[in-house]
Amino acid sequence: MSLTSFSPSWSDTTAMAAAARFLLRTAGSKASITNVNSCVHSKLGLTPLRVSPSCIPHAKTQKRHAAHFTFQPDPVSTKYGPMQKMNLFQSVTSALDNTLASDPTAVIFGEDVAFGGVFRCTVGLRDKYGKDRVFNTPLCEQGIVGFGIGLAVAGATAIAEIQFADYIFPAFDQIVNEAAKYRYRSGNLFDCGNLTIRAPWGCVGHGSLYHSQSPEAFFAHCPGIKVVIPRGPVQAKGLLLSCIADKNPCIFFEPKILYRAAVDQVPVEPYQIPLSQAEVLQEGSDVTLVAWGTQVHVIREVAAMAQEKLGVSCEVVDLQTILPWDTETVCKSVVKTGRLLISHEAPVTGGFAAEISSTVQEECFLNLEAPIARVCGRRTSWTSEFSISPPIRLNLILSQYMLTTEIARRLFRMH
Amino acid sequence: MAAFRVLRKFCGIRYNVICQNKGLNDFSRHFQYREFRINGVLCQQTLDSSTERPQFPGACADFVDRLEFIQPNVISGIPVYRVMNRQGQIINPSEDPQLPKEMVVNFYQKMTLLNTMDRILYESQRQGRISFYATNFGEEGTHIGSAAALDPNDLVFGQYREVGVLMYRGFPLELFMAQCHANADDLGKGRQMPVHYGSKDLNFVTISSTLATQIPQAAGAAYTMKRENSNRAVICYFGEGAASEGDAHAGFNFSATLECPIIFFCRNNGYAISTPTREQYRGDGIAARGPGYGIMTIRVDGNDVFAVYNATKEARRRAVTENQPFLIEAMTYRVGHHSTSDDSLAYRSVDEVNYWDKQDHPISRLRNYMTGRGWWGEEEEQAWRKESQEQVMQALEYAERQPKPQIELLFTDVYQELPPHLEKQKQAMWRHLKQYKEHYPLSIYEK
Repeated sequence: MSLTSFSPSWSDTTAMAAAARFLLRTAGSKASITNVNSCVHSKLGLTPLRVSPSCIPHAKTQKRHAAHFTFQPDPVSTKYGPMQKMNLFQSVTSALDNTLASDPTAVIFGEDVAFGGVFRCTVGLRDKYGKDRVFNTPLCEQGIVGFGIGLAVAGATAIAEIQFADYIFPAFDQIVNEAAKYRYRSGNLFDCGNLTIRAPWGCVGHGSLYHSQSPEAFFAHCPGIKVVIPRGPVQAKGLLLSCIADKNPCIFFEPKILYRAAVDQVPVEPYQIPLSQAEVLQEGSDVTLVAWGTQVHVIREVAAMAQEKLGVSCEVVDLQTILPWDTETVCKSVVKTGRLLISHEAPVTGGFAAEISSTVQEECFLNLEAPIARVCGRRTSWTSEFSISPPIRLNLILSQYMLTTEIARRLFRMH
Repeated sequence: MAAFRVLRKFCGIRYNVICQNKGLNDFSRHFQYREFRINGVLCQQTLDSSTERPQFPGACADFVDRLEFIQPNVISGIPVYRVMNRQGQIINPSEDPQLPKEMVVNFYQKMTLLNTMDRILYESQRQGRISFYATNFGEEGTHIGSAAALDPNDLVFGQYREVGVLMYRGFPLELFMAQCHANADDLGKGRQMPVHYGSKDLNFVTISSTLATQIPQAAGAAYTMKRENSNRAVICYFGEGAASEGDAHAGFNFSATLECPIIFFCRNNGYAISTPTREQYRGDGIAARGPGYGIMTIRVDGNDVFAVYNATKEARRRAVTENQPFLIEAMTYRVGHHSTSDDSLAYRSVDEVNYWDKQDHPISRLRNYMTGRGWWGEEEEQAWRKESQEQVMQALEYAERQPKPQIELLFTDVYQELPPHLEKQKQAMWRHLKQYKEHYPLSIYEK
């Protein structure tokens, strides 16, 4: 599949209606955050949610013809030596290249991996490192993961590719019952910690039901594995190298909409970004926004929008590792801000936001100024933007408008 | 060796079915197995529309002009290779592996020791002393025959009814007992149900309850060994029921396409819990699937320890030298119940079980062989029975006296490190245990 961004017509969605209602209801002077904090239930006069071009450049037409987010590159840091401009799939290739160069036991395999992969993540590696190290497997996900476990048990570094996260389910048993429990059930006699499973993940616009899913929550229920999702090329390389080096089986979900859309200056040499550590991308004082993968870029825009229009100062947190996740960073932030909004693409019911919400409620109950808000996918399947009814199209987009509306309505009771 | 000949014969059948057009009727020509595999199945010739031969990339065959479906059993049943008849006499002397007396006596002692351990642990479960057990009755020949044919460095992926393999490799009775009692000596730290053994030192990967998951894993491990060029092979055991799982298909197909030095060893014991083979598959057993995957295949009499030995030995030798998978289907019979949770009389007759127990049992066949050679008599039998029983009882009683594993071990090995959330849960558990210690049998755990 190609990676063209989708272009939903914003104006005819229910979400637009919700945003419009919000705009109508809110009027008058800009609320100061002091007011919001001290008068949670009062009816505040608020500035209409009119977004300035500087805040969200592509939103000025009120129609979203491009992606539902603007990728925000990482600030350039030369900490790890020379940099090169890379998009996300190139940064993945770079990480794999570094691994194959330094670890003679490392092998990369999966469906169509040999010629470079359908998303081009393994381009050139077979020629460079040999066909016994970068190879195709038969079309069988349970086989790919099972084979990878065996490689790792026997001492190799196994990097398996599942062509789409949507197709990882045939391998669910191998991941959940086998990979995750290998070390525990053998009393540490055997393990498959050298296994990393990569899979393109998340919505891409035209992916419809089976090229759009974000199944991280299914795996988050499973002790023994790690689940990691990067937000951009710099993180993709650093986190993938950490997953490969980590002595536990890891699932590395790659936001496929970012493969080409996201471009960073990425260090050429190998480097690692620690697992199980969230990153605070923007400090704020009034509400904590948590997301991962593509949605990080959405909440970054939301933070700007909320500041601009609501006078709300948002702390933006990229969770990065879903399991085991960094409760400390999130809770510390919530203790400071008193409010939490979590957003993910996957359906809200049983989504990972539920776990975060529950933990934060347990840990930070007395610090909370408002109920925790989850703004996540609808309880339906994803579907294509083409030839679909407007209500279903909503699932494609967890927009900045919706999120900002939710911040105002749920977290600050601005009615 | 006859095993070799049978493999060759079978290969010939497959060869003729798949590649008749090659006109290679001389079997000796496709003894160059690597060439055979590559040229015979993956014939990617230059496209040429001038010849009246199919050019499809996915198959190598001739056109025919008569509508004819392939019969599922082109061959009238894959033959069962054996060395001894039911009376323990060598049928074809050239097939006799000519194993020395000590080795054969060791076979017999391991088979009977396993049988004794099974009886005692089965009874032990019945008395409520352990939680669960599954016997190996009737299948001892498949375990010992195959284990003896392997190199000790070969990695074993088992299902759960291959205890004899581990016993043959020297796993001590104390450790079998420790695992079944989940005591502090258990290498698995008391985490699994009984019979889920594992040993790093003996290259026996810890058993899991999930069926057939080990099959693609074994293929992956074999791939690692191929790359290491370490002269090691992998053997992967499973039952005919597990062979219905998708993972079995995955393992066969991956090992064939990725050319892995592996022996798939199917114990076809007639039943998957209660499901008989006629409700498990419709083809000619598991062996019939081998050719479909491009895997060298043989069917053996699993109650003939020498037949199993010969077939495994040859398959192992060739798997390593030629980097290709082999499939052995060992026909046998599960004389015991599936496990202590099962009463097999609900689905099979006493007569049927008695036939296999009394008239076609691997242990009695081997004993007949030994008696025929004058290597074993009633005196040795009595002495060994007494000794083996004492060994098992001693190990059992020792295991029962040992403490349970440390409570802390509940939290280790989930991850290589102890992540903060598990550390927190551990602290919470200790707080709870401290507060309510009188409600828990804390004294039975190792400190």
